[in-house]
Amino acid sequence: MSWISNVLGSSIGKKLLMALSGLFICFFLVIHLTGNLQLLAGDGGQAFNEYAKLMTSNPLIKFVSIGTYLVFLLHIIDGLMLVFANKKARPVKYAVGAKAGSSISSRNMGILGSIILVFLVIHLYNFWFVYKFGSMPTVDYGHGPVKDLYKVVAMAFANPAYVILYVLSMVAIAFHLIHGFASAFQTLGLNHAKYNGLIKIAGIAYSILIPLGFAIIPIYFYLVLA
Amino acid sequence: MQLDSKIPKGDLADKWTNYKSKVKLVSPANKRRIEVIVIGSGLAGASAAASMAEMGYKVKCFCFQDSPRRAHSIAAQGGINAAKNYQNDGDSVFRLFYDTIKGGDFRSREANVHRLAEVSASIIDQCVAQGVPFAREYGGLLANRSFGGVQVSRTFYASGQTGQQLLLGAYSALSRQIGKGQVEMFNRHEMLDVVMIDGKARGIISRELITGKIDRHFGHAVVLASGGYGNVFFLSTNAMGSNVTAAWKAHKRGALMANPCFTQIHPTCIPVAGEHQSKLTLMSESLRNDGRVWVPKKKEDCNKDPRQIKEEDRDYYLERIYPAFGNLVPRDVASRAAKYMVDEGRGVGKTGVAVYLDFSDAIKRLGKHVIEERYSNLFEMYQRITDENPYEQPMRIYPAVHYTMGGLWVDYELSTNIPGLYAIGEANFSDHGANRLGASALMQGLADGYFVLPYTIGNYLANEIRVDAIPTTHVAFDEAEKKVKDRIAKLLSIQGNQTVDHFHKKLGKIMWDKCGMSRHGDGLRQAQKEIAQLREEFWSDVYIPGTDAEFNPELEKAGRVADFLELGELMVLDALTREESCGGHFREEFRTAEGEADRRDDLFTFVSAWNHTGVGQEAELVKEELEFNNVELKVRSYK
Amino acid sequence: MKVKVKVWRQKNAKDKGGFKEYEVLTDPDSSFLEMMDVLNQDLLNKKEDPVAFDHDCREGICGACSMYINGQPHGPSKGTTTCQLHMRSFKNGDSITIEPWRASAFPVIKDLVVDRTAFDRIIQAGGYISVNTGNAVDANSIPIEKDKADEAFAAAACIGCGACVAACKNASAMLFVSAKVSHLALLPQGAPEADLRAAKMLNQMDEEGFGSCTNTQACEAMCPKEISIKHIARLNRQFFKSGFSGNQ
Repeated sequence: MSWISNVLGSSIGKKLLMALSGLFICFFLVIHLTGNLQLLAGDGGQAFNEYAKLMTSNPLIKFVSIGTYLVFLLHIIDGLMLVFANKKARPVKYAVGAKAGSSISSRNMGILGSIILVFLVIHLYNFWFVYKFGSMPTVDYGHGPVKDLYKVVAMAFANPAYVILYVLSMVAIAFHLIHGFASAFQTLGLNHAKYNGLIKIAGIAYSILIPLGFAIIPIYFYLVLA
Repeated sequence: MQLDSKIPKGDLADKWTNYKSKVKLVSPANKRRIEVIVIGSGLAGASAAASMAEMGYKVKCFCFQDSPRRAHSIAAQGGINAAKNYQNDGDSVFRLFYDTIKGGDFRSREANVHRLAEVSASIIDQCVAQGVPFAREYGGLLANRSFGGVQVSRTFYASGQTGQQLLLGAYSALSRQIGKGQVEMFNRHEMLDVVMIDGKARGIISRELITGKIDRHFGHAVVLASGGYGNVFFLSTNAMGSNVTAAWKAHKRGALMANPCFTQIHPTCIPVAGEHQSKLTLMSESLRNDGRVWVPKKKEDCNKDPRQIKEEDRDYYLERIYPAFGNLVPRDVASRAAKYMVDEGRGVGKTGVAVYLDFSDAIKRLGKHVIEERYSNLFEMYQRITDENPYEQPMRIYPAVHYTMGGLWVDYELSTNIPGLYAIGEANFSDHGANRLGASALMQGLADGYFVLPYTIGNYLANEIRVDAIPTTHVAFDEAEKKVKDRIAKLLSIQGNQTVDHFHKKLGKIMWDKCGMSRHGDGLRQAQKEIAQLREEFWSDVYIPGTDAEFNPELEKAGRVADFLELGELMVLDALTREESCGGHFREEFRTAEGEADRRDDLFTFVSAWNHTGVGQEAELVKEELEFNNVELKVRSYK
Repeated sequence: MKVKVKVWRQKNAKDKGGFKEYEVLTDPDSSFLEMMDVLNQDLLNKKEDPVAFDHDCREGICGACSMYINGQPHGPSKGTTTCQLHMRSFKNGDSITIEPWRASAFPVIKDLVVDRTAFDRIIQAGGYISVNTGNAVDANSIPIEKDKADEAFAAAACIGCGACVAACKNASAMLFVSAKVSHLALLPQGAPEADLRAAKMLNQMDEEGFGSCTNTQACEAMCPKEISIKHIARLNRQFFKSGFSGNQ
């Protein structure tokens, strides 16, 4: 299996992992958002709470979610490795910083990623950790008690500080995606004059719509429900 | 001294084939033990080093640049000739041979030039196999263009960057051998002497430019591929670092310098803009296909905006003097004509040292888009440098030193008169006579490096297989190293008041004014005195900062300029003794009744090879008579 | 015109180095390097050490010149090397900061001169077609689609100056490596070795200590020959092919 270590040990191999894990996370975000949008269903949280139960009890989904954690971990560790290796490649900085030639988000993927990581920790602690290990209110829809995550969400988003944190984090994610989405295709070698435009437009649309979808939820909860 | 050009017997067309089938070979086991030193990594040097390494020789290659890929061959624009006859326009080896020998004004050796034409086709094959991206037609086959006024389309090209692509091809072959350990590459090293043992070249002394360390290197043979010496004029189209030092050191060790006064002045260069000018930029001569050259008829119009000058007040002097060829006269003729216009006081531009090259007629006739298609990259380059838009106003051009046909004397085997010392590419004198045709320099460099030297050097090395590597502790290395170190110490000890560039510029001006586009006995004799005096001033008043044990570009330059100051004197002497006008060498005293070049075949059909007798002393002339058995010596006429 | 230049001065590789300011009287028609020539003549006349910088052809093709000018490799003109940059791109009284290329793989030798032999070693690792002199078939026996030949040429136009490394925030040499990989992979002559070549050159690039590509595209924007990053995508493809389908 030395070829695997050869490929993955190289700079392009590390980039390949970034691209693949990044695209997987992009896919995950779509699923995540689809689930979350049920918060806006106007049914007092029933659909959302039952969905949450399904996601945490189905063995197949449980298996997949372990994979998802690992992919996140890989994306983070690999990203940090690349950032440190790249820092080492230029030990002496320029006195005059680069002015032009690249977008701000492309130059700051590490910083954006770190912001997102901080958000992720808070986010997981707020919901995932509480759901799994904390004491949760329950609700019964006629087939036994179900953990009422909806209520936890609603409580969290009644706090303006949380709403601001979430919305700003979504902005960071949007910038991270704007570079990351198209960049992943370039890394995978999928660059062709005929499709580049499509990838670019799809990337921008995705990078705006997904974070926007996520950001609407806290705003809605804060402004409309609270 | 007698010169033996070692031209093989037999018919012209069979000489090379016969030579190759009889040449001595070196067995693979012996090749491994034989070391060859190559100085220079341009087209000739890189291709020779790579080819010899592929054959199994141990090669050491030296260049002064930071990478072998930067050698000045890279700047050649136009193309490379080859007698492929892909265009079915009647081209042949003989025609390429004939054009080259006629273009050289019958001052080159028939056998060498014919061999050049013979191997030209293989060069294209070799380069394509290496991945050189030549221009292609839609059918996928190679494209050709006609170049330099010949009647066939035999020039292969890669946009305006043919030299770059060919050099990168040779560089990749060289890199492959470096990667294999077959070539040891020495970047940022400068050769400062040839080491002679028992009358043979056996190694070199070099300086590591970063640390200043002086090194000794042994070689069974030494190949000089160190390029031309156009920078003796200070302003030329050569790279800033191009120099004569390697060839000159060999000359001072006894290698003869042949036809040093034969320099090519290219007519279409961007003129000097001012005092600060450091070098000149060539514009491909293809521009003359569509541009019309003119100056104002009246001196008082010279400072006017050219667009305001009426048609009847313009003097399209090339069309007027040479109605048959018009703007397409050969390089030497076009250059001289421009000089005469400027001398008459009808030059244009801020400095008054330029003529117009006007595309307005061509734009009217063909449309702007056609001109754009043909020349856009050149027009952009012109605009970048001059800030003038050549689509709207005429270009200003003026001739500039471009190539040196002269160089170290070599025989048919490309060996100098010193056994074991070879010279290839622009560094030798062999193939272009008194004038080089467009797209022939690349051809010669690669012919020498890929297809000639690797064979002919075997003929010498076959007798060297019993010679073990001579330790560099040999007394000859001691002597050469001491000489090199003494000279450096002397340069650094002067601590005068003038910069190296000050002397270089002064030398350049003397050479350009008196040994440039046209020469006169009086001027040349005066130049002799001026150069000798300048050399004295140099050795008493030059200022070089720093030490010899560090990266010191001023010290490098000083060593090169010191050599130019000696070479310049030899060029002037050569120009003075050649009492005729031929090719790039135009003596004002020797012109026909119509004012054209008077070539005196009865007296000067020979190569002037010069033997060094000491600095400041007149070199000894050794003649190699040229025999022409296959072509008739004709007078070039463009009227 | 008069400009103020702030130049990185560093005596040798071991010296710490620092900026020094000079005033230079120049001319709008001067090239940038001719302005540096004037500065150096001034310094020499004052018996001071002139500024060392790499330069040779001064026609924009040899790739020797390498200055990081006001935050941009080769300065403000697009598609232009330092030697072809002219002072008319600046205004009278401007101050200009000049730094050497910065990368651990390009150590400073002196002042603005850096060691770029890492590029040579990358080519030596595999940036060629393995063909010996004399082995070639007739040049027209392999027709090559014009579009492909043109694209190969566009990649081959790389002058190896290192501006891509200087511009990249990661000091990555991917544009340089990809230009050569792409040039040779596009041609049928280079196809047999294409995968292996990509792998060998890339491994050498990593070994030299260049960073990795994060697709910021600064290299493409700063490349004096305007080489496209699509070649990097091709290098990636070629590299994956070598890793996943090669018979190692």
